[in-house]
Amino acid sequence: MSLNIIVLAKQVPDTRNVGKDAMKEDGTINRAALPAIFNPEDLNALEQALRLKDANPGSTVTLLTMGLPRASEIIREAMFRGADGGIVLTDRVLGGADTLATSYSLAQAVKKFGNYDIILGGRQAIDGDTAQVGPQIAEKLGIPQITYAEDILDLKDGYVIVKRRLENGVETVKAPLPCVVTVTGSADACRPRNAKRVMKFKRAVSPTEKAKLTPEQQAIVDAREGLNLQEWSAAYVEADPAQIGLPGSPTKVKAIENVVFTAKESLCLEDNDEQIENLVKELIANHTIG
Amino acid sequence: MADNNNLIVYCEYEDGKIADVSLELLTKGRHLADRLGVKLEALVIGDNLKDVEKQVEPYGADVVYKVEDARLYPYTSNPHSAVLINLFKEIKPQICLMGATCIGRDLGPRVSSSLHSGLTADCTSLEIGDHKDPKTGKEYTDLLYQIRPAFGGNIVATIVNPDCRPQMATVREGVMKKEIYNPDHKAQVIDLDAKKYVSDSDFVVEIIDRHIEKSKINIKNSPIIVAGGYGVGSKENFDLLYELANTLGAEVGASRAAVDAGYCEHERQIGQTGVTVRPKLYIACGISGQIQHIAGMQESSIIISVNNDPNAPINTIADYVITGNIEDVLPKLIKYYKKNSK
Repeated sequence: MSLNIIVLAKQVPDTRNVGKDAMKEDGTINRAALPAIFNPEDLNALEQALRLKDANPGSTVTLLTMGLPRASEIIREAMFRGADGGIVLTDRVLGGADTLATSYSLAQAVKKFGNYDIILGGRQAIDGDTAQVGPQIAEKLGIPQITYAEDILDLKDGYVIVKRRLENGVETVKAPLPCVVTVTGSADACRPRNAKRVMKFKRAVSPTEKAKLTPEQQAIVDAREGLNLQEWSAAYVEADPAQIGLPGSPTKVKAIENVVFTAKESLCLEDNDEQIENLVKELIANHTIG
Repeated sequence: MADNNNLIVYCEYEDGKIADVSLELLTKGRHLADRLGVKLEALVIGDNLKDVEKQVEPYGADVVYKVEDARLYPYTSNPHSAVLINLFKEIKPQICLMGATCIGRDLGPRVSSSLHSGLTADCTSLEIGDHKDPKTGKEYTDLLYQIRPAFGGNIVATIVNPDCRPQMATVREGVMKKEIYNPDHKAQVIDLDAKKYVSDSDFVVEIIDRHIEKSKINIKNSPIIVAGGYGVGSKENFDLLYELANTLGAEVGASRAAVDAGYCEHERQIGQTGVTVRPKLYIACGISGQIQHIAGMQESSIIISVNNDPNAPINTIADYVITGNIEDVLPKLIKYYKKNSK
């Protein structure tokens, strides 16, 4: 059975390297100012999708991402590893969205995409850590969700069987298709890039990127199959303007603070025997240890 | 205009017991409800719920809703979501709190999506306060301030849901304190008919197999924690931390960076995306002190930082700073503890 598989992925700021100009005055993130990476758990989800494709010849894996036009970078990355293509849902009016407005916009894109059997995505993105968008998309599409998925054990006869990794154990569940499965970081890592696929798809471009190419380069893109990535607007997916972007977000950022912890008087010690022994004696004497 | 509707806590129920995180949220919910002058309600969904109210009453619940049906235990997404969605349409709570657990983080988004209400994940603080919309100038009183680190913990954001109800928030286990409000407190117990809230078609996902076990790792309740960060350098170097922990009768914890690097398992992660701890002694080894980590351990009574960088941010909140390599310092701590303890 061939499957239409959608992988939800996000290009995220690398939160380990946050600079001073990372936040805009309205409290939203200035994504343009940060190094951008493929959200780690979305790669785990991609691997599960590619395994389904391997097991079901004729299947297609389509990456769906919402963000800036540059998010086409992660579509290429996914194609290097085995995905067939992708869509960037990008539009100024989608900016500043909270999880609810984001899931509405993505659910509209999924509806536009039409025929799908299963939707996979990472459990959560490292910039927000909310884990909300997957379940919210499932609710908006009126289909079941399986969160905290670690392994897709089987998919047949219109059902998927998934092992879930919970905080205190494991659970194996069976859900009817179509459904949304969000994958945790404890799942197997994504396969690496395939050199042949890199050669084949390195010229894949979104319309925004293509517009910057010379007519000769554009002709090369058009001459080969699969090099034209898609960009969809809010209007194209028939999104209700009242439900997207900042206006469509019920949560509002009231304040943003850089955290400053109250500094304590610290006692500074050298790494020498006398000072460390004295510290240990002091901790024993005041019953902190021992 | 002030909202007179109540505050409700979704209580997780496993193996006959209400989860600690739910009792912590009832404790917090009691304070918030008092501040708002409204009732604190608890919602328990599952099977064999006889006398379950006795577990939540001491934490201050004024009303306990019970929804009992054999098919509602163990938890599955759609049926529990259906109960909350349909019940909330009826009783219109102004605030709903739930644990930021595998259950709460599965349930919350589904409910918020259906009700179109805002949901803030993994709050570290909840307060009541006023708000003025900067664009429209419209003023709101007594909103729930949902305070959480964002962006990898580099900032703390205060989130409000001005217009949508309920205002929903999840909180991780251990972030709020669990305190008995009054051991003799009694609640009004309301048994709801499950069939009114859940339909057969909600039972779409079937649990085939389930292995739940209490974690053997108990860092939350350990009085002493030896925690390692990325600066520990390797999985092998983490053995030194285990050795010190064994000597002191402590548990080993880790920062997110150390867990991401594969030095230590996720169950030991301390911080915003792990557990929050309040031990009497916290020994931070090779931890630089990202805010998301500090948020999870700053209430430790005594903090010792062992770091070869004298300017590591964690040093500013440490009581003792030992500048040196953990390979050198930890063996000395072990040696002098053995020498001086009885």
